Amino acid sequence: MHYIEPHIHMISRTTDDYHRMAMAGCVACTEPAFWAGYDRPHPEAFADYFEHLTSFERGRAARFSIAHHCWLCINPKEAEDVAFSREVIQIVRQFIDRPGVVGIGEIGFNKNSRNELTILEEQVALAVELNQLILVHTPHMEDKLKGTRLTLDVLDAHGVSPDRAMIDHMEEHTTRLVRDRGYWVGMTIYPDTKFTPQRAVDTIETLAGDRLWINSSADWAYSDPLLLPQTRFEMQRRGHTEAMIQKVLYDNPLQFLSQSGKFKVTVT
Amino acid sequence: MTDQSHTCPMTASNVIETYFLEHRGKLLDIAAFLDRVDRASGAPDAKGDFLIKALHEGLRLVASDEPGRARRLLESLSDPTNEPIPAAHTKSASGAYDEKS
Repeated sequence: MHYIEPHIHMISRTTDDYHRMAMAGCVACTEPAFWAGYDRPHPEAFADYFEHLTSFERGRAARFSIAHHCWLCINPKEAEDVAFSREVIQIVRQFIDRPGVVGIGEIGFNKNSRNELTILEEQVALAVELNQLILVHTPHMEDKLKGTRLTLDVLDAHGVSPDRAMIDHMEEHTTRLVRDRGYWVGMTIYPDTKFTPQRAVDTIETLAGDRLWINSSADWAYSDPLLLPQTRFEMQRRGHTEAMIQKVLYDNPLQFLSQSGKFKVTVT
Repeated sequence: MTDQSHTCPMTASNVIETYFLEHRGKLLDIAAFLDRVDRASGAPDAKGDFLIKALHEGLRLVASDEPGRARRLLESLSDPTNEPIPAAHTKSASGAYDEKS
């Protein structure tokens, strides 16, 4: 069965990972702009990063028949420096019309600070101005619930259509909050700090599989790009239908991402 | 709260049979972790560590008979405030909210 990996940081992964993902059925992925593990010393470093995402990574994925797409932004971990962030936002404008760029992301909060709020508001306004999809990063662990509430208030205040915003890294205490306000629910299968495959499937069951996607968010930290096939196995083990599994792993991300007008996937 | 009964396609006995050993092992890991803290130097001070306190509160919630244990556990670990903080002085999260932070 084919699947779409809608949130993965392939810049941090090896070509072997593309190979293994392709063999497991991955036909497309989207890569949000994120923190490199250190703060970039100059805004211009983001031009190099966006160049990599929109050119090299697309070609590397294509060797394995995986359609690579990306999201652009200044990530929340580097958003504490407002002046720096505003320079990066200008660079985002230069790259946003490139092929394969599906929206603004992953934006949001990290520590729920006032400066993070300022930059989140400016990037949401940018997405509205440019009619771009939005991918939201929600904070880690004890900061997630508060950050999710603050983020939803920003999206509502800017008149973002809930159909066009994915609120990612949701867990059991935030999924209903997001669903009740009409937004899409993203769930990340990530060891230790987010979902196990078992808990993700529990939540898929309680939400009936509607308006949600799952992803591995695999990056440079302890993570695994094959956690979507593992989650597929968990659904099969419980007796979910093939139609339900396809809905979660392919149809839902296809529906959401196709709104960008730039998400292309060919399944042979 | 929406009624979530019968949303899992397995029977309860199948769930227990399939997952019991995995979760027995996870429970033992928690017990061994707390024993490890007790065996370490500085153990008396660790009794007041906010992370250990949060874990004990979490175990109390897990032992409840009421559904929604995972949600309530995560809520108990979360920052309950509503206003943005003045500035971020770190990038990392600890796993539980520290009232003194």
